[in-house]
Amino acid sequence: MTARLRWRKLVSGFMLTMTGVCALVAVSVLFFILGYLVYHGGTAINWDFFTKLPMPVGETGGGMANAIVGSAKLLLLASLIGVPIGFFGGIYLAEFSGSKVAFVVRYAADLLNGVPSIVIGIFAYALVVLPFKHFSTIAGAFAIGLMMIPITLRSTEEFLLGVPRALREGSMALGASKWSTIIRVVVPAAYRGIMTAILLALARVAGETAPLLFTAFGNRYWSPGWGQPTAALPLVIYNYALSPYEDWHRQAWAAGLVLLGLILTVNIVARVILSRGVAVPRS
Amino acid sequence: MTFLFAASVVLIVVLLVFELWTGSALPRHKFGLNFFFTKVWDPIAEEFGALPFIYGTLVTAGVALFIAVPLGIGAAIFLAELAPQKLSDPLQFFIDLLAAVPSVIYGLLGVFIVIPLMRQWIQPALKSTLGFLPLFQGPAYGVGFFTAGIILAIMVIPYIISVSREVLLSVPRDQREAALALGSTRWESTWKVVVPFAKTGIMGSIFLALARALGETVAVTMVIGNTPTISSSLFSPGYSIAAVIANEFTEATGDLYLQALIELGLVLFLLTFVLNGLARLLMLLTTQRGSGMGQA
Amino acid sequence: MHASARPELSVNLKPTGIANTSRETIAPESMRMNISKVNFFYGEKQTLFDINMGIATNRVTALIGPSGCGKSTLLRTFNRMHETVRNARLDGEILLDGQNILSQDVTQLRRRVGMVFQRPNPFPKSIFENVAYGPKINGSNLPIAEIVEKSLRRAALWDEVKDHLHKSAYELSGGQQQRLCIARGLAVEPEVLLLDEPCSALDPISTAKIEELLVQLKDSCTIAIVTHNMQQAARVSDYTAFLLVGQLVEFNPTPQLFTTPSDPRTEAYITGRFG
Repeated sequence: MTARLRWRKLVSGFMLTMTGVCALVAVSVLFFILGYLVYHGGTAINWDFFTKLPMPVGETGGGMANAIVGSAKLLLLASLIGVPIGFFGGIYLAEFSGSKVAFVVRYAADLLNGVPSIVIGIFAYALVVLPFKHFSTIAGAFAIGLMMIPITLRSTEEFLLGVPRALREGSMALGASKWSTIIRVVVPAAYRGIMTAILLALARVAGETAPLLFTAFGNRYWSPGWGQPTAALPLVIYNYALSPYEDWHRQAWAAGLVLLGLILTVNIVARVILSRGVAVPRS
Repeated sequence: MTFLFAASVVLIVVLLVFELWTGSALPRHKFGLNFFFTKVWDPIAEEFGALPFIYGTLVTAGVALFIAVPLGIGAAIFLAELAPQKLSDPLQFFIDLLAAVPSVIYGLLGVFIVIPLMRQWIQPALKSTLGFLPLFQGPAYGVGFFTAGIILAIMVIPYIISVSREVLLSVPRDQREAALALGSTRWESTWKVVVPFAKTGIMGSIFLALARALGETVAVTMVIGNTPTISSSLFSPGYSIAAVIANEFTEATGDLYLQALIELGLVLFLLTFVLNGLARLLMLLTTQRGSGMGQA
Repeated sequence: MHASARPELSVNLKPTGIANTSRETIAPESMRMNISKVNFFYGEKQTLFDINMGIATNRVTALIGPSGCGKSTLLRTFNRMHETVRNARLDGEILLDGQNILSQDVTQLRRRVGMVFQRPNPFPKSIFENVAYGPKINGSNLPIAEIVEKSLRRAALWDEVKDHLHKSAYELSGGQQQRLCIARGLAVEPEVLLLDEPCSALDPISTAKIEELLVQLKDSCTIAIVTHNMQQAARVSDYTAFLLVGQLVEFNPTPQLFTTPSDPRTEAYITGRFG
């Protein structure tokens, strides 16, 4: 073997090992994140955390009950915006797949998907906060509901298109109308995929902070109804982390652990369900 | 009926652009194009210039890509070319989970783990070794462009890896085989033939990552220092477009102030719009190329 | 075809119907490669059974047989390309100039035994860069430009591309791309060139050009070609090996195999009764 060849093989072995190192570094970040969250936040998770309101500034103790409920309310309301538009819009796209309108709608959805979340916050502010002159759960839900639309829309379309033609044609051959076929045959066949996609969309927006900064705004107390500013988990984490209080830092870690735990669980479950025969669409 | 729902998506987007445009009318008329070249951001004197924020956004994105691109492509090469499927698929699964981690969690880690690390170890080490470069001069606060860049790098790596891995996997087998049959080492066949074949798609992934980095708000604002400074040092605290909007929007007094922030939002929107468009174009070219190979 | 002496081979048929070749009448030096007792497995499944044959120096040897008979699999063992597939296992001995290729460095081996694939697969580079790839990474004594020209001439492509060397390889027609791949393979001056159904994706005119090319090339290179086209084998090759379900049924000089085949299965195949 010539020296040149020896060198080339050395370089080859080295570079290929380096790529393995890169992969290891990238994957290990996930475990570092989880590790730190558990280490720093694990101790602060207790019954109080889930049931009590925050204490006055500077005092230790208290919990995040209002933030947890607030996040839940936001997500509930957001799905009322994000799911119907995404679901029915997706049905339209699947049935009229080649049309010019479908092309424009798809393009608009991709565009919306790429808008930075803070800009969505500005939009929601202009549309929902300004006219009513105060921050509210509705405004926050509007912002994150918008963010859900592209995901639910494209996923519904993809899963509906993935239903075999034979199923559709079988139904219509029995005399069912197009709409009836869609509702009774196609959608149920794609049901699993669509449900998991909705869950994934919820998991995605549950962690968003930026669009809530000037819509839901935050609240140290309970937020009655839907028209008042409300606390939310990501907002609390953000504020507590930047505060000078040790106890709040611990609570921020705990909240982070809870939030990430929920998001990752939904993601893992959703992906496992989807991987059984259905391809995961790129989000 | 479903048409209405579908059309509402288009309506929303149109409305969004409209709001951004009309909501920034005052500063657009007052400052015109100078908005982009003015360094001063003084709400009291009602002087608003976007330059420090554009600078900060670009610098942090630049640092992020500088770190994330080699790491990401390296990892993608490993996952696509080297790892057997039984290893590659689970690893990709973890990478996908990483992409699902919310921004504020990265911010948490940034504030409590990365900043102290930077302040105590990394920045002093860089100063003592590479301190002759203006990039690594100045006091080591821990916050700043460099820290924000590192956090952003971690956040965008999953996108580079996922897309690049897919593109690399779709390179036809006989490209690699042809290279090996000519006496290439495995690295040579990968680096000189397979990766160049996938070049367009990989570029697309980088644009996607860049678009994400530009729009990232919370994690950046927690570690960048939030000072509208333009400095040649990476250790300097700075500001980004998304961060200033996040911090000052609710405090903005007066229409000009608020609308200046909205104009910044418009700028951000346009930047990400162009980048995402380019990314999509590149991905389109990739798939077209793949099907038009070697035709007589 | 050509005027040099044609050595004789005799074939012994074992009762099980597996052919053995006895190569007593061929001088050992004129076999560039010797394949002995080769068995090949994909995981648990065996796809080649006790192959014994040779590749004669400066001659064209054709491997023929119906789909799935293992001829491509066999060809790919000659430059150890089978190693790119996990679960592929080779037993037996393959000698190149008397040395076992399985104990050599594989990168070095592949420079000496080159390959052209079924579908033209030029790299996404210019015509020049495609041919220059091999010499550049392996190092060369001559200037690259000279090597590129020489290889393109040997592949009968020079005149068509000499003014367009920096254009993308993808702008060439299918037949030209395949000749480019041949030029690319020749650029590293291999001792043996393996071609795996090189014309199956091409039109008749390009096919004819390449067949002509192979006949000219063998003076400077040893050639082994897999083909599903019997007439091509008859036109182009000096020796032919007929494989059937992973077994070497017959290995003889081409005229002999096609006019007086020793095995009834060979006769059945070449007369079109199956395959």
